[in-house]
Amino acid sequence: MVFWRSRDGRQMTGSPKQGMSRRRLLASTALLLVTVLGSRAFGRTYSGGVLPWEPNETQPPIPVRPGPWLYFTADEAAAVEAIVDRLIPPDDSGPGGKDGGCAVFIDRQIAGSFGDSRRLYMRPPFLNGTPSQGLQSPIVPKERYRASLAALNDYCKATFEGKSFAALGAAQQDQVLSGLEKDKIKLSDSSGKEFFENILQNAMEGFFADPIYGGNRGMAGWKLVGFPGARYDYRDHVDKYNQPYPLPPVSILGRSGWSVPG
Amino acid sequence: MATKLPPKDVVIIGLGWTGAILAHELTDQGLDVVAIERGPWRDTATAFNIGYAPDELRYAVRLDLFQRPAQNTLTFRNNDSQTALPMRQFGSFIPGNGVGGAGVHWNGVVWRYNPTDFRLLSHLSERYGASFVPDELSIQDWGVTYEELEPFYDQFEFLAGVSGKAGNLNGVIHEGGNPFEGPRKREYPLPPMKMTYGPTLFAEAARSLGYHPFPQPSANLSAAYTNPLGVKMGQCTYCGFCERFGCANYSKASVQTSVLPVLMRKSNFEARTECEVLKINLDASGKRATGVTYVDSSGVQWEQPAEIVLVCAFAFHNVRMLLLSGIGRPYDSSTHQGTIGRNYAYQTTSGIELFFDDKIFNPFISSGALGQVVDDFNGDGFDHGGLGFVGGAGINTGPTNGRPIQTRPTPPGTPRWGAQWKQATKKSYLRFFTLGSQGSSYATYTNHLDLDPTYKDRFGQPLLRMTFDFPDNDIRMSNYVTDKMEEIAKALKPREYVVSRRVKPYSTVPYQSTHNTGGAIMGADPKTSAINKYLQSWDVPNVFVVGASAFPQNAGYNPTGTVGALAFWTADAIITKYLKSPGPLVPS
Repeated sequence: MVFWRSRDGRQMTGSPKQGMSRRRLLASTALLLVTVLGSRAFGRTYSGGVLPWEPNETQPPIPVRPGPWLYFTADEAAAVEAIVDRLIPPDDSGPGGKDGGCAVFIDRQIAGSFGDSRRLYMRPPFLNGTPSQGLQSPIVPKERYRASLAALNDYCKATFEGKSFAALGAAQQDQVLSGLEKDKIKLSDSSGKEFFENILQNAMEGFFADPIYGGNRGMAGWKLVGFPGARYDYRDHVDKYNQPYPLPPVSILGRSGWSVPG
Repeated sequence: MATKLPPKDVVIIGLGWTGAILAHELTDQGLDVVAIERGPWRDTATAFNIGYAPDELRYAVRLDLFQRPAQNTLTFRNNDSQTALPMRQFGSFIPGNGVGGAGVHWNGVVWRYNPTDFRLLSHLSERYGASFVPDELSIQDWGVTYEELEPFYDQFEFLAGVSGKAGNLNGVIHEGGNPFEGPRKREYPLPPMKMTYGPTLFAEAARSLGYHPFPQPSANLSAAYTNPLGVKMGQCTYCGFCERFGCANYSKASVQTSVLPVLMRKSNFEARTECEVLKINLDASGKRATGVTYVDSSGVQWEQPAEIVLVCAFAFHNVRMLLLSGIGRPYDSSTHQGTIGRNYAYQTTSGIELFFDDKIFNPFISSGALGQVVDDFNGDGFDHGGLGFVGGAGINTGPTNGRPIQTRPTPPGTPRWGAQWKQATKKSYLRFFTLGSQGSSYATYTNHLDLDPTYKDRFGQPLLRMTFDFPDNDIRMSNYVTDKMEEIAKALKPREYVVSRRVKPYSTVPYQSTHNTGGAIMGADPKTSAINKYLQSWDVPNVFVVGASAFPQNAGYNPTGTVGALAFWTADAIITKYLKSPGPLVPS
């Protein structure tokens, strides 16, 4: 049987007229198929002619809610707050990582899909590769944070007369972070450098992501650099060369000035 | 055991640009078409909703719209002597997922490749002599010419509403366009986008050095537009959320903005999403495909019979599908025999960051494809005699975004954290812009794709294995063009600038480009190509393999314009040739 013949045996030449008759013929087959699939198949079928646009079928992000830590213990949270506040220190230009919400951001992120690497390829075998081959560790971020924070605590207590990282002065904290960054301080779980890179990346994500994720509180990160945020139309400023953009930043949820006072 | 479904005329694997274009063209002929798509349904109002589309963390960092490595990934090694390991997270490139494919998250740059690119080996041999091409390279002619493809480039550009300025209309060079491009029959559908400050300064500097800057051709639309299908699209608002995002404004061309509103109204079309094709089925002869087997989201397998199978997934998925289905002979890098997996290529890039004290660039006012380009050192548009390499690169400034998680460079010597970092970031963010070179990636005998012997996907099928490093030829090319780019950087008189050159080995970690090409390449000789000039499998003539997988090597341009042209070209060949006489369109 040759497919370009319709069922009554006419040759399909692709002319619009015959195409249309072919289409009508196939509509009945399509109906049959929908019935078959509708009863048994998973996945989704979008049959032509029945438009798949449904109003309000959206997937908005879920804003982080304030409140207790979702993943960190109190001690872990104190260490993370201290670390992010040295990575991004408060100064005249605005808040640091702690008041900017970076620790809350990291807590919520590792309690979610980022924390257990569920989107990543995590099948064995796990082998050491070349730098070009990238991440090969079986340890997921939430495990990495827990183990490394414990090891950091051990290191600080052993080195600084029983003090935790959070209890150290700023200069000592910077010295420890710099040692981890340069791979000069080895933690007992041998994660120092990798942990530093992770928390630096996550702190910066928190400081500059939309505030709905718990960081960038008060849009501190965006105000620091002059990023107007979730705006969506700059047409009136495209050709205003060398002129600062005049409007303040706005989050996906708007900004405080938008809500009705009282 | 797969349950057999009622037959269709055509089954399409993957509903991105190529799948949607072919579905549209073939349903117009009255054929009954089903597209099977691994990822979810996506359309503008629901999946790229303007209320939350500008979310850098979700889309650009956590890669919400992309293929998840847990679904499928590749293994990678730099050369045959290494053990390939899985890309557990994507880095240097990020393949798309779902309806629209990579055409959802692209920047929207739409190039035509040069006439000489399509007959590269013949051209270089004619101009410089047969021994001029370095031995490491396995570059080939495409088997199709620019002149043959011109009407189909035109078709894609008008479908997408490309904004640009022609430099060569019917052989006459026009001021303000690209004087090095092949002749086009008519002007772009829309005028160029407005330029921001950085590209404007770049164009002045380039012109002062005697180069020929022009606006980058863009599928971010400079004005409202109705395409030939009757679909209305909006004007770009320069929001700076293109690459890695879906466009909420209907102003970046994609399957959603340009094709689906018409395609989905046709009763002879059907899309099945969240269904992954496992293999193309062959009859006992191995010379004819009978359809595909796919698995739905509950793990149940279905067999979809069809008379034509169109392989329209992302480049390396197309190659893997052929390997998993036993179509064609796998390429063997030790003997250079075989075709499937041959000539995998990429893109060779470099960049320069420029820091100023006295200029504000507002990097967030931008779009994926806005920018200015100098093509004086691309392809074979300049004399390579005595240079020791072939190929070239476009030099551009394309300020795609100012999204601050990923885009906030600091000058050299700045610490990565702490008080100094914070002050330098505050000072630099509004006062930088970048130049880039996007260079050709020429195929070698050693770079290739095959099936991994160890690592499997969630269905137990082998992952694709990529073996790739930059050819020495391409590193020499990139350094030469980067030197030229540095001269432009100096002419811009920044306070300071930082040059990032391309070096070996290729790393899968830092993002470079999602322009992966080759592996199921087109050509005139079945010994060295997987598909003929109509993108039809030499081995199984009712299978067509459409996409950048068909490129014998990559040029110094973004591939989507050529991918779109090849989709229309293939549709035309099926309609005007294959339907009238099914079988090989080129004798093998």
